[in-house]
Amino acid sequence: MEEDIREERRKQAVLARHHIYVKTPESKSYVSSLSPSERIKFMSDARAKNAAILRKRKRRSTVFKIFGVAFLSVAALIAIMPIFFTFLNSFMSSSEIEANYGVIYQSLPGGSEGAAQFIDKMPQLQLIPQEVTAEQYSNLLLTTPSYLFKYWNSILLTLPVVIGQLAVACMASYSFMRYRRKRREVLFFFYIILMLMPFQVTLVPNYIMSDKLNILDTPWAVILPGIFSTFSIYILTKYMRRIPKSYIEAAIIDGAGEWQIFTRVVLPNCKAPIAAMAILLFIDYWNMVEQPLVMLQDESMQPLSVFLSRVNIEDIGIAFAACALYMIPPLLIFLRGEDQLVEGISQSGIK
Amino acid sequence: MSCVKKAMINKIKHILYKLKEWGAGTGFLLPSVAGVMLFFIVPFIMLIQMSFQKSATNSDFVGFENYKTVLTNEAFRSACANTALFTAVTVPCAIVISLLLALVLNTQLPGKSTFRSFLLTPMMVPVASIVLIWQVFFSYNGVLNGWTYQLFGLDRIDWMKDDNGQVLIMLLFLWKNLGLNIILFLSALNNIPQEVIESSQMDGCGALRRFFSIRLHYLGPTIFFVGIMSLINSFKIFREVYLLTGNYPYDKLYTLQHFMNNKFTHLDYTQLSVAAVILSIAMMVIVGVLFLIESRIDSGVEE
Repeated sequence: MEEDIREERRKQAVLARHHIYVKTPESKSYVSSLSPSERIKFMSDARAKNAAILRKRKRRSTVFKIFGVAFLSVAALIAIMPIFFTFLNSFMSSSEIEANYGVIYQSLPGGSEGAAQFIDKMPQLQLIPQEVTAEQYSNLLLTTPSYLFKYWNSILLTLPVVIGQLAVACMASYSFMRYRRKRREVLFFFYIILMLMPFQVTLVPNYIMSDKLNILDTPWAVILPGIFSTFSIYILTKYMRRIPKSYIEAAIIDGAGEWQIFTRVVLPNCKAPIAAMAILLFIDYWNMVEQPLVMLQDESMQPLSVFLSRVNIEDIGIAFAACALYMIPPLLIFLRGEDQLVEGISQSGIK
Repeated sequence: MSCVKKAMINKIKHILYKLKEWGAGTGFLLPSVAGVMLFFIVPFIMLIQMSFQKSATNSDFVGFENYKTVLTNEAFRSACANTALFTAVTVPCAIVISLLLALVLNTQLPGKSTFRSFLLTPMMVPVASIVLIWQVFFSYNGVLNGWTYQLFGLDRIDWMKDDNGQVLIMLLFLWKNLGLNIILFLSALNNIPQEVIESSQMDGCGALRRFFSIRLHYLGPTIFFVGIMSLINSFKIFREVYLLTGNYPYDKLYTLQHFMNNKFTHLDYTQLSVAAVILSIAMMVIVGVLFLIESRIDSGVEE
């Protein structure tokens, strides 16, 4: 019985195969129907047509490339010119700076009286110093210790905020990732609103609380509110929620406690956003003006970011070097961590 | 007897387990919540209370008297108008320009990673360091005025004390803040599924059409996020203005933070708290409207 069926099927299959081969008409394309000389002509025509299209495309893409590169070059030049310029000018001697830019500072607020006068002398924009000296830097470091103190203030205010906020934010966002219940989601939404509030709003409550706690005019008045700011919680939570649930389940099955899951599973998977947030927070607090102005009335406490603009007018001879020195740490961090920065925050904009 | 005892023990164990679980979840959240309560929420409630008082020390209830004073205050009004104008112009500009730059960077160009690094650098530079150069360029006796005077014989413009000053501040803002937006847009562009783009090319879709009907659809959430980030950053423009022009700038450059700072130095708590409450309400309304628009657009796209 079975033999027969199998035999039948085999026959059918062979027939079917045969059928297809038999029924297929012999392929005789347009090209093969041509005589040899015509065929050569046809082929060369087709080749020429193809080459023309390719050439056109290539030309279009080169034109596009040239325009694109030109556009980007202009944009990049605008972006880095001021930075470049500061560094170059920081190697001028003080007298050269005064000769070149002295005019400018007579019309600035806090400069001479009767600002905005017409002064006939034109300022000289000079990119390359006539003689390269480190005079500005040596003056800055050796004769004006107030700069160094302010620099130290900046470090003292920035580092605790960055480290503290990251520690608090990592733990909070772990909690937001792990337990998604209704009340916690409401709290998370509230955190987002808090993140969106501008300084003009949050500084007032911070000031009132610092006043109550008697920490005004101490670095703590800037550091503590900074630590509990909610900006990084949002980004970190968004990233952590992308970690596959199976990682955490596997850890639970292996008998890991919450703390172990946090330190061994979640944190190692979040290196990129943590690095990115560290960079962003560092530059934000290195750059802060609003908080120290309000919280630290005592000038000796204020960081260099507030102080620099005031010093500009008094002794411009060393101002360029001071600006350059103040730029170096964030730029170095950027050079080191650009890829992490890009990777870490790139996920936050996508749903 | 022993049965009841066993049940009791089990119950206690269960409660302890629940407590432990709850504690583990909440323990991680606790430092953050405590800090936020201490530095943001509790003082904010005090601040709302204070905004209805006669003064910081005299706690007589005066109703909306303080709100009336602040809202009719000329300085507050002009500060609000300036800030609103600034935000309304710069946020769309920031979105469009950074999207354009990201689109160009997203194509096959030689050396595009170098260009990206260059374009991102401004965001890492502290405002205080770069203000010196802006002064060299844009002050009354500065380089820019010198150039326009020598080349075209134009009159000098005092950028810091002129109605055009706001344009300058907007340009400085864009210079500094485009980098972050470019990163966000670039990653969103990379996340667009390549098959969709390819199939649209097969169907003979031009570059413009492809952008408006495909890419823009995928970029929607990113545009929203970039807009919100720019909105937050646009309130930080005080830094540039303060470092360039000091405590009392030209009228057009007077931002909200200047108003707040003056109130801080005069220790005028009631007006401060009123201003903060008004601002926070305004901010919530703006963000709420943005969220609504976003969800409306999103649901429209889904259908």
